[in-house]
Amino acid sequence: MAVAGALRAALGRSRPGGHRGLTLAGLCVVGALALTAALASVVVPGSPTEIAKDLALRPPTWAQPFGMDDLGRSILSRVVHAYRVSLGVALGSVALALLAGVPLGLVAGYAEGLVDQVIMRPLDVLMSFPAILLAIALMSVFGTGVVLVAVSLAVVYTPIVARVVRAAVLAVKVEVYVDGARALGAPTARLVLRHILPNAATPILVQASVLMAIAILVEASLSFLGVGVRPPTPSLGLMLADGRSFMLQAPWMVVFPGLAIMAAVLGFNMVADGLRDWLDPHPATTGR
Amino acid sequence: MILYGVRRLALAVPLLLGMSVLIFALMRLVPGDPAVTVLGYKATPEGVAALRKAFHLDEPVAEQYLRWLGAAVRGDLGHDFRQNEPIGQMVLDRLPVTLELTALAALCTALIGVPLGLLAGGRRGGGADRAAMAVGLIGVSIPDFWLGIMLILGLSLGLGLLPSGGWVPFAESPVENLVHLTLPSLTLAVSRAAVLGRLTRAAVLDTMHRSFVHYARAKGLGERAILFRHVLPNAAIPILTVLGLQVGYMLGGAIVVEMIFTLPGLGRLTLDAVVERNYPVVQSAVLVIGAMFMLVNLVTDVLYGALDPRTRPR
Repeated sequence: MAVAGALRAALGRSRPGGHRGLTLAGLCVVGALALTAALASVVVPGSPTEIAKDLALRPPTWAQPFGMDDLGRSILSRVVHAYRVSLGVALGSVALALLAGVPLGLVAGYAEGLVDQVIMRPLDVLMSFPAILLAIALMSVFGTGVVLVAVSLAVVYTPIVARVVRAAVLAVKVEVYVDGARALGAPTARLVLRHILPNAATPILVQASVLMAIAILVEASLSFLGVGVRPPTPSLGLMLADGRSFMLQAPWMVVFPGLAIMAAVLGFNMVADGLRDWLDPHPATTGR
Repeated sequence: MILYGVRRLALAVPLLLGMSVLIFALMRLVPGDPAVTVLGYKATPEGVAALRKAFHLDEPVAEQYLRWLGAAVRGDLGHDFRQNEPIGQMVLDRLPVTLELTALAALCTALIGVPLGLLAGGRRGGGADRAAMAVGLIGVSIPDFWLGIMLILGLSLGLGLLPSGGWVPFAESPVENLVHLTLPSLTLAVSRAAVLGRLTRAAVLDTMHRSFVHYARAKGLGERAILFRHVLPNAAIPILTVLGLQVGYMLGGAIVVEMIFTLPGLGRLTLDAVVERNYPVVQSAVLVIGAMFMLVNLVTDVLYGALDPRTRPR
């Protein structure tokens, strides 16, 4: 795993610009999108599923800034409602992966030895597939739908989370304050949960934001390929798939859903980037 | 060095076995009888029984697995459910497309990513740095399938510069072959180039503070000479490593790109098989792509050790 170490070292270096600013800007983007999605029917005029044949393929106007799709449905309204699916899948999959991956990584990292091998080797197998391929394979077996996309992504993510947590635990558990707590007679559970986990939180948090960004991309890809969310549900990937057939007459059908995906992914990437540097207790050795 | 490579290769065997068990088990979890799924509503009990026998679906699962594995090791991936064609041949037919796409995309990634990183890292904190980093952040966030659609919309349908899809074998017409692969390779390369650019910058910045760079500067060498003659060669190891990892990720990205640009590659084969519920093909194709992904990562890891002896574990 020489590569992983080198990557960590290289990526740990600082970047220009205010990290706090980047994190906050990212949080603003993500928060605004989440709020819009949560209040979808209040914020956006018109239903995402209402069909109006006479408005089909109508270009963007002031009232409908994203235009209309081939069935005369409001693209703006569909994008906003699709964010519910995107963000829901991202949140659900990352939450599930944390739920499974954090305990696995904690135990593997703390116990080491045989327990570590028994936990990590099967997870290595899961990590030996490109993420999207594993997700496609899982979807092909278990069927399509929002919940299944989230669960499939959680399966793909769990080994990644477990590996990050394990590495963080291995780094933290040799610290003096952990020895101190142990010498004071702290039971293992307390040692792990009170002293090790909080100090391993930074990489977990950064990884979680990266995974949120990837989840949005993968959900859109799966839906685009027809193995993700099922058609009546508005999904950004499905909208792109539909829009492809009309992209010459109605380019807005493919432009706006794509920009919408990008905005959400960019938001989470900004949060991850900023957090990585902001929370890093050991600032880059290269100086500022 | 050789010992390290051999050891890594030995570690890959159990991993590969684990992958085959996982895929095989997954395909057996498909709800319902695959024979019934394939034959559809017209299935007769006799037909189902015959298909189950032909594909050994009536045997115990462990026996089925060992039979599949035994044949796969000898290069026989079995036959597909639909046309009863040998899957090994299907994979071999599709492999060159995916390999060429990945190779060209890797080339594009390096040609875009490394200069981007050098531009940013060469003058830290300057306008070029900020611009390059912003481009990098956006590049990482672009969905590649959307980028593909936009490139088709703009460059092929709009300006008519490049074909929007299709495949011409290299042997038939090398020029046409490359023309048809330009947009797909670019599509696959952009987000990976953004990652590589960010890493190149980090590697350059890291090297910039080594004492040999200070010495070169003290000696009166120009910044350009320092960057290309002293910094770049020393920053090359992490750059090559990340490029290797990106090549692995491209194998996943190729699935989507092959679909958009109607390229008859391995990803397309997998996806078509998923849609047709042609499980023997899904099983083999996923294993082949997974094995390639693992191999690329393994080669990257071993090369890393070869290039930088300091990092060789024990």
